Amino acid sequence: MINVVDLYKSFNGHKVLRGINLTVKDGQSMALIGGSGHGKSILLKHIIGLIKPDRGKVLINNQDIGRLRGKLLKQLKERFGVVFQGGALFDSLTVFENVAFPLREKTRLKDSAISDKVYNELARVRLSGSEDKYPSEISGGMKKRAALARCLIMNPQLVLFDEPTAGLDPLIGKAIHKLIQDCQKNLNFTSIIVTHEIPAIFSIVDRVAMLFEGKIIAEGTPDEIQTSADPVVHQFVHGELEGPISVQ
Amino acid sequence: MHLILAPFRILGSIPISFIRELGRMVCFLAVCFYWMAFPPYLIRRIIKQINFIGVKTTFVIVLTGSFIGMVLALQTYYALVKFGAEASLGPVVALSLIRELGPVISALMATGCAGSALTAQIGIMRITEQIDALDAMALNPYKYLIIPNLIAGIISLPLLNAIVVVVGIFGGYAVGIGLMGLNGGTYFGGISDFVKMKDILGGLYKSLSFGVLITWISCYKGYNAGYGAEGVSKATIQAVVLSSVLILVWDYFLTSVLTT
Repeated sequence: MINVVDLYKSFNGHKVLRGINLTVKDGQSMALIGGSGHGKSILLKHIIGLIKPDRGKVLINNQDIGRLRGKLLKQLKERFGVVFQGGALFDSLTVFENVAFPLREKTRLKDSAISDKVYNELARVRLSGSEDKYPSEISGGMKKRAALARCLIMNPQLVLFDEPTAGLDPLIGKAIHKLIQDCQKNLNFTSIIVTHEIPAIFSIVDRVAMLFEGKIIAEGTPDEIQTSADPVVHQFVHGELEGPISVQ
Repeated sequence: MHLILAPFRILGSIPISFIRELGRMVCFLAVCFYWMAFPPYLIRRIIKQINFIGVKTTFVIVLTGSFIGMVLALQTYYALVKFGAEASLGPVVALSLIRELGPVISALMATGCAGSALTAQIGIMRITEQIDALDAMALNPYKYLIIPNLIAGIISLPLLNAIVVVVGIFGGYAVGIGLMGLNGGTYFGGISDFVKMKDILGGLYKSLSFGVLITWISCYKGYNAGYGAEGVSKATIQAVVLSSVLILVWDYFLTSVLTT
């Protein structure tokens, strides 16, 4: 279970997170929506432990990730999987090597076992046949799928997606959403998806939280969010130009 | 009042930001040395980086080393002839290369070839979240990215220095014997008489420290590169300029320590 408790963060005097409280239960999938620059990715980086908060804490299974050090932090991070916005594939490695990378670096599996696992994972994300290509030779959608395969190969209990469909056409975006949904159903991991894909995301998540000016202003099921009476949530979810959110 | 204080604030901010940056750089190096004390040592990565820093710089090193030796012999010969001391050409060329030019030229060339590429490579990894991905996979970016480069720098630079010295001495030989008609035996005999182990060790210490300096600054600048292509290009320029300046400054200090 993930518990974000009263989280604050500023950069050069600019307050990005202003008291975030959020709970994600085991096996649940949560979409994090909100305008650009309202702190979604920063919140995600706090959950992974890449950024330390100014105040507050992130509890993963009741362990404060901001206070963990050394082996304990490593053990906790080993349960994570992260799919970054651009995929963050290592550009000097092929797709196969990228997916095999965590296994090679963190396990003592033999090459043949690693190979089997990688081919299975690539088949799961429908990337068979692209093993020998470099990230620069594949499309944006393929990069996201390769990143998902690299993330899932270690069987994570918690997967964080940072805008997994950003920059993709609607069909590929839908395919990625379907893939995330299938993987979650089969592997039963907890997930947090930072996204702007509204309303597409509502069909694949259990809960939705909306961030606005560094705070969670609404949280509930996709239906509750879509029918919310809050003018900010209503304007954002329905993509209206008129309303309390100023569009610049 | 605010306007009166503004110039002083700007003036004061320059040394403060300089000291802050210096502190960050030293902390970065200290963290690297801390992690260097613990295994595992990624031997394959280290070999790959020796190839990147050392082997790929060799051609340029051979080229510059030979011409440095040739021009040194040419200039020195005309000066020595005035005193009738042209037999000292070999030792003068060799000592200049071993003590000063070898370590400095190899370090400057490695900065231009490998240091800049290293900064750009790590900088791109930073802005495309590849370093964050390593961290998120519970892999230590220092151990995976920085330390192999530091070790590769420490191993490569003395070897590159040796190449510059040897090629330079032969470059000087080609000019002295081929063009000026000196005796080959006199050239090499003088070298073995005048060059002491102390001189060779001095050059070795210099190139070892330059290996740390180049990889430290290049990795630091890449690791802390700003956003976008502009951030990476800025980091690369800073790495090359700072490394080159520090090589010359450090060379002076080390020379004054080694010669006293």
